[in-house]
Amino acid sequence: MSAEQPLVLGIETSCDETGVGIVRGETLLVDAVASSVDDHARFGGVVPEVASRAHLEEMVPTIERACQQAGVELRDLDAISVTSGPGLAGSLMVGVASAKALALSLGVPLYGVNHLASHVAVDIVEHGPLPEPTMALLVSGGHSSLLLVPDVTSDIRSLGSTIDDAAGEAFDKVARVLGLPFPGGPYIDRAAREGEVTIDFPRGLTTGRDMERHRFDFSFSGLKTAVSRWVQAREAAGEPVPVADVAASFQEAVVDVLTRKAVLACKEQGAQHLQIGGGVAANSRLRAMAQSRCDDAGIELRVPRPGLCTDNGAMVAALGAQMVLKGRDASRLDLPADSSMPVTQIQA
Amino acid sequence: MVILAIDTSTTAITVALHDDSDVIAAKSHLDARAHTEWVAPLIAACLDESSRVPADLTAVAVGNGPGPFTGLRVGIVTGLTMAHTLGIPAYGICSLDVLAEQAAPIVDGEFVVATDARRKEVYWSRYAVRSGSVERLTEPAVDRPGDLPEEVRSLPTVGRGPVLYPDLFPTSVPVLDVDAAVLARLAVTRSKAGEPMPVEPLYLRRPDALTTAERAAK
Ligand SMILES: [Zn+2]
Repeated sequence: MSAEQPLVLGIETSCDETGVGIVRGETLLVDAVASSVDDHARFGGVVPEVASRAHLEEMVPTIERACQQAGVELRDLDAISVTSGPGLAGSLMVGVASAKALALSLGVPLYGVNHLASHVAVDIVEHGPLPEPTMALLVSGGHSSLLLVPDVTSDIRSLGSTIDDAAGEAFDKVARVLGLPFPGGPYIDRAAREGEVTIDFPRGLTTGRDMERHRFDFSFSGLKTAVSRWVQAREAAGEPVPVADVAASFQEAVVDVLTRKAVLACKEQGAQHLQIGGGVAANSRLRAMAQSRCDDAGIELRVPRPGLCTDNGAMVAALGAQMVLKGRDASRLDLPADSSMPVTQIQA
Repeated sequence: MVILAIDTSTTAITVALHDDSDVIAAKSHLDARAHTEWVAPLIAACLDESSRVPADLTAVAVGNGPGPFTGLRVGIVTGLTMAHTLGIPAYGICSLDVLAEQAAPIVDGEFVVATDARRKEVYWSRYAVRSGSVERLTEPAVDRPGDLPEEVRSLPTVGRGPVLYPDLFPTSVPVLDVDAAVLARLAVTRSKAGEPMPVEPLYLRRPDALTTAERAAK
């Protein structure tokens, strides 16, 4: 293998995207994704069994497509990496089993890696080596975490996370309340652009005692309830619901808390760089507010392009390549899929 | 030629290699909840034991199930990925057929295969052995064992059905889990006979969720 530029294929199946990415060193060659989101839209949310069945159908075709697009032969690969957790157990198992089959067939090392660490590592193929430390805010339908990352291959510290709903989940639930489709994020973002912030919705865990006990934790469940009460009161009074204004006001509350805590964490931990990842990073208001608050605080903001913020194989390949470059030991062939893998455990 | 056979539809995680004349390695591990952990190491062990390398493989055969979904998929995706990576064909065989084949030497006439489908149900199919060869009489199905006709339940029964529901399947045949060695033999026979063997998971149940339209209709 070329020690300086390892060719690594990464597999991601922790939720509803079947992702296969290939990187050479710190260069992204391809990011192939097959999404089953349309299948889930009929159910109004991700159905684990539907996701697992789609992964099985899409796994090999996605590997094949990735190789074709990158002009890479499987036998040229130096290593395989795969999301071994956290995520939906049945979905993870499809990716982990497929990755093992690849590694075994090719006789190359296998790296079972943490999904959240991969979300951080993906920025390496977008913006170059990660500053150490980097502060990472990961926000999606499955996670809301604030992480201090001294070394993405060996040292990630969790500063806080959601104590109830994930940020993306709150978007989905509020979208449902407003009669907008699933997944809610893009629809709320779009609706909000037509509206104004007219309602002062609660900012969870931002005052007094909460800032001591849950300094960098998040809570979105109370906000979701506040929105749905507000809408119900309007409907009960026979008044029309100003969907765009509610969307804008809700979005403002979420984004305000996320960026406020992230910037505070950077200041307190001495991190000069903030990275935002996860599906919610595609939110236009989040990007704008994070940019202006980082500018004010003299912090450099790094946000990968939207396709690399959502779940994908490139991020797993990016982390796998770092594992190879830093000389980390490969995982064993009996590595499990761990649906509740803690973020501090970077490799299985 | 060397065929790799894998089945994860029953409690056994089972793997075997067949060199066209005989089974040259076979390994099984009993653990219905650890398919992801065991399949690849068992394949590696079979290859080691028979002094073969993955590049020696000429085909992969997997059990299509039916079986509990999560474990079933692990075996199938392993087989499909290896076949694709090595550029060799992948075959699929109904796992109940394999159990029937395993039982053939010790039963005569009609019998039923009934395996654990969880949720108080069994996957089942009716078979007959006539002059040594096995014939499937019904398509694989999933039902509560109590809902099967008495005439079916009273037949000699292969699989874990009788272990789980001894009152409902009184005549147990001591063949519980799939053996990949037999799956490998069946794959060799069927491939020589030119039978189509598509890989397709036999779920027999749709995902357990209602669409928003169905919820609204309730
Ligand atoms: Zn994610």
